[in-house]
Amino acid sequence: MSSENQSANIEDVIIKCDSVFKIFGDNAFKVFQSSNGDVDAGNFLNAGCIVGVNNASFEIRKGELLILMGLSGSGKSTLLRCISRLTEPTAGKIFIEGEDLLAMNNKELIALRRNKMGMVFQSFGLLPHKTVLENIAFPLQIKGLSTKKSMQRAKEMVELVSLSGRENYFPRQLSGGQQQRVGIARSLAVEPDIWFLDEPFSALDPLIRKEMQDEFIRLRKVLNKTILFVTHDFDEALRLADHIAIMKEGVIEQLDTPVNIVLNPATDYVRKFTKEVPREKVLTIGSIMEPINPSEKFGDLRVPKDAIVETVAKAILSQDKPVAVVDKNNDIVGSLHASHVINMIFGDKSEKSAQDCSQ
Amino acid sequence: MNISIKNSKALQFAILLITFFLLNTLVTPSESNYLWRLPPLLSALPTLINDSIQFVMFDWMPIQVYDPFIEEFEEKALFREITRSISNGFLFVITFVREIFLGGPKTIVVFTSWDFVRENSWATWPALPWTVVSGWAIILGFKLQGIKLALLAALSTTYIGVFGQWEPSMQTLSFVLIAAPVSVLLGLTLGIWAYKKKLIETVLNPLLNIAQTMPHYSYLVPIIVLFGVGDQAAAIATIFFATPPMVRLTLLGLKNIPPEIIDAGMMNGCTQYQLLRKVQIPTARRDILIGVNQVVMQCLAMTVIASFIGAQGLGSNLMIALNSLKIGSGLEIGICIVLIAVLLDKMSLAWANRQIDYFSNQNFWHSHKYLIICAITLLIGIFFAYLGKSFFKENFNYLYIIPHNKGITTEPFWQAAVDWIWDTFFFSLKNFNEFLIINILVPMKEAYLGMSVAATFLLVVGTAYILSGIRSAFIITGFLLFIALSEYWNRALITAYMASFSVIVAAVLGITVGSLCAQNNRASKVILFACDFFQTFPSFIYLIPVIMLFGITDTSVIIAAIIYALVPATRYTVEGLCNVPTVLHDAGSMMGISKMQRWLSIELPLAFPHIMLGVNQTVVFSLFMVIIGAFIGTTDLGQLILKAISDSRGAGISLTLGLCVAFIGLAVDQIIRTWANNKKKELGLE
Repeated sequence: MSSENQSANIEDVIIKCDSVFKIFGDNAFKVFQSSNGDVDAGNFLNAGCIVGVNNASFEIRKGELLILMGLSGSGKSTLLRCISRLTEPTAGKIFIEGEDLLAMNNKELIALRRNKMGMVFQSFGLLPHKTVLENIAFPLQIKGLSTKKSMQRAKEMVELVSLSGRENYFPRQLSGGQQQRVGIARSLAVEPDIWFLDEPFSALDPLIRKEMQDEFIRLRKVLNKTILFVTHDFDEALRLADHIAIMKEGVIEQLDTPVNIVLNPATDYVRKFTKEVPREKVLTIGSIMEPINPSEKFGDLRVPKDAIVETVAKAILSQDKPVAVVDKNNDIVGSLHASHVINMIFGDKSEKSAQDCSQ
Repeated sequence: MNISIKNSKALQFAILLITFFLLNTLVTPSESNYLWRLPPLLSALPTLINDSIQFVMFDWMPIQVYDPFIEEFEEKALFREITRSISNGFLFVITFVREIFLGGPKTIVVFTSWDFVRENSWATWPALPWTVVSGWAIILGFKLQGIKLALLAALSTTYIGVFGQWEPSMQTLSFVLIAAPVSVLLGLTLGIWAYKKKLIETVLNPLLNIAQTMPHYSYLVPIIVLFGVGDQAAAIATIFFATPPMVRLTLLGLKNIPPEIIDAGMMNGCTQYQLLRKVQIPTARRDILIGVNQVVMQCLAMTVIASFIGAQGLGSNLMIALNSLKIGSGLEIGICIVLIAVLLDKMSLAWANRQIDYFSNQNFWHSHKYLIICAITLLIGIFFAYLGKSFFKENFNYLYIIPHNKGITTEPFWQAAVDWIWDTFFFSLKNFNEFLIINILVPMKEAYLGMSVAATFLLVVGTAYILSGIRSAFIITGFLLFIALSEYWNRALITAYMASFSVIVAAVLGITVGSLCAQNNRASKVILFACDFFQTFPSFIYLIPVIMLFGITDTSVIIAAIIYALVPATRYTVEGLCNVPTVLHDAGSMMGISKMQRWLSIELPLAFPHIMLGVNQTVVFSLFMVIIGAFIGTTDLGQLILKAISDSRGAGISLTLGLCVAFIGLAVDQIIRTWANNKKKELGLE
């Protein structure tokens, strides 16, 4: 990568975390200072402190979606709250569009939240005394927009999240999914550049959750925002993310694309998650294709490099000859045998049980 | 081993009781025996309080004040000037509101002079015809909630007007309309302050405890000293009494806001003020509204008591009626108070719940519809009032204001009813009364008075220790010591006997009724509604029917206390039983247990802590009623407080007595609340 290219990329970085720590406890700062940056959850617990986030560093570029994934207590929500500065980090630096978030005074922070940030909460955080429309218009009115303008904008948002006809309902009269649609509409009302979602679908039923994920994918395409998304659901993370950061006890264990995480888990902890993942739903054709063997002849079928294996597997498996893999320009970049596909998907598991049977 | 641990509490109680009886029999009753009665070491306290109030009022920090009458500077105490200006401010506002309703020259005088008013006969504020106020109330009710509230407003105002209670009612209203908003604002401010600063909460908490358990009476004398006599003093006394529940509920509501809602507000870029104004207060609205409701109730409950220090209106009329045993007119006035209470309560509720329509394109008529109708009502009302003037000529103008006691009255009917009851049931009532007094009340009273101070301490502190731990035991020792070292230990015992008798009866009745009703969803709803309804009645109202039946005796007071205290006992029982998780019901049913078994082995144990909190409320309620009962002649602490009112140097006495009553209530509260909270935590209900 050339240096020119790099500097252009730095301007693209919207959120940048640099060794962020969050320690809870009465004398957290003292204990942290005496540790010289070598934070160990066990030692800190003995000192009466709980480690929330341990040395988190990463960047999110414009339009990117990063998912923070971890079980409860892994510090993922704490990290999000640090980046939105609902919680003050104990140490480290956070930059939002190059500006030092932690150096901002109250006024600047409020201005930032009013114009650049939107956030969706797990249990929605809707104001119980306001109707759907009033809830969505709330951030606009806080900003000082006139009632008429804010209501007009809120109406557009209601349409965006397909809640038309329920403008005058109160939150308690809506289902969970509908309430979260209101939460999403409210967080988007000010047209923020940065969108935080804190376990937005965790409180919903599985079917509704799927529906809301689809809705999220649709909105993401339309809106093109920089997104930080927290979830404890690995499948959800795989389904939605550009990049996933897997956290454990405050430490980011691995930060990579979904495909790389499934193919090359960095630690045993990450491997536990990836083991049961249905690979065909995650892997792209490009990630499992073989190099072109000039001696072989391709069949008629051509599959795009970006396709998820699951979507084309049936077609590939019905072919006798190897299948050509093409990129966006329709150039052949690799080949794929049906046997290889079966191997990639069922690989270790089927071998094991075959061995069991033969014994 | 296990058995002994399980039964250790029962064992401890047994030992406690045995020692109690031993101490009781062994200690000889004699004034010089300190185990029998402690010496009144604190008897100088009332005088001390008095002297300090006098000092602060008249000698402390003298400043030069210009007196316009003698046109000279005079030396006056700073504190007195402050309190005087506060009371003048209140007096002016109350008079102003009152003259809007009833007319009069005083507010005009403030801006001109008496001479001007005398010379110009037109310069007197005319009263609003009662038809206009009534019409406005109906329109307001309709705008706020719809036809139901409008009907209630129509019914209430018409009743008040037609029964000739308009004048006193408006007097009472003018004073409530000042005292209630001030209490609400003050309570809200203090509540928010306590929410933001932990220190303030810690300081406020014991003060609120005392303020809420002190009987209404005991405030009165200090307030007379500080603020004089009259409506303004009554309003200030009311504010003292009505603010604590508002503070409590504001704090509770703010603390119960889900943290995500506050986060959401922050992320929407709220400033501190916006967060408070638009997120926190509206979200805590439910509890804050209960607070407002409490304030309105307290204000109306105080109207009667405030009449002791010069509040005009329904309260003083009710007191006169009850004193002269005019049950009928007492009842009519009581209904007025209840109607005003209910109407104000419903209106404040509807106002807080109102909704705004943003999208209907409104023209001038639509957006100002109600104002225009109000103006038209005013014109029509004035027109009819003038018409009435010529129509009724010599008589009273019934379309303007129906004077006091010149309206319809049902007094003769009620008097006849009372007479009939007395004639028909005289002997049964008398027998019941005598039986109760001779066989239950007197022996109980004597038993209480026959307890040695050592035995009483042992029993109460021991119970506190067994039920709620060493900390409670220490606190309660402090409370008891204060009472025992004052001169009023015997009186306190009498108060305790009346209160405990009514608590026991009310608790048994309330728990029974509550348990029966909780078996059925609809019955629970009905009984909770009834509790809400009866809670709107100011405490004094309960005395009316009881006096009607039993005359002026201890029995009346105790029965009124029982009825009054029945409300919380029933409510908490129903709430407690209804909050038992349904899954436990189902689990019980699947094991095939009967209803009775379910009640005994599942519902009652789980609901018991909550029920005990109800009993706690019952104690506070009956204490209040017993103290108020002094007004119709009992011989406990209340009577002394009442006496202190007419004593110019009674401020210290009545405050000390008030503290005695408060400490009885707080001691019980400490035991029960600590125990119930621990138990709830143990059962995983919190």
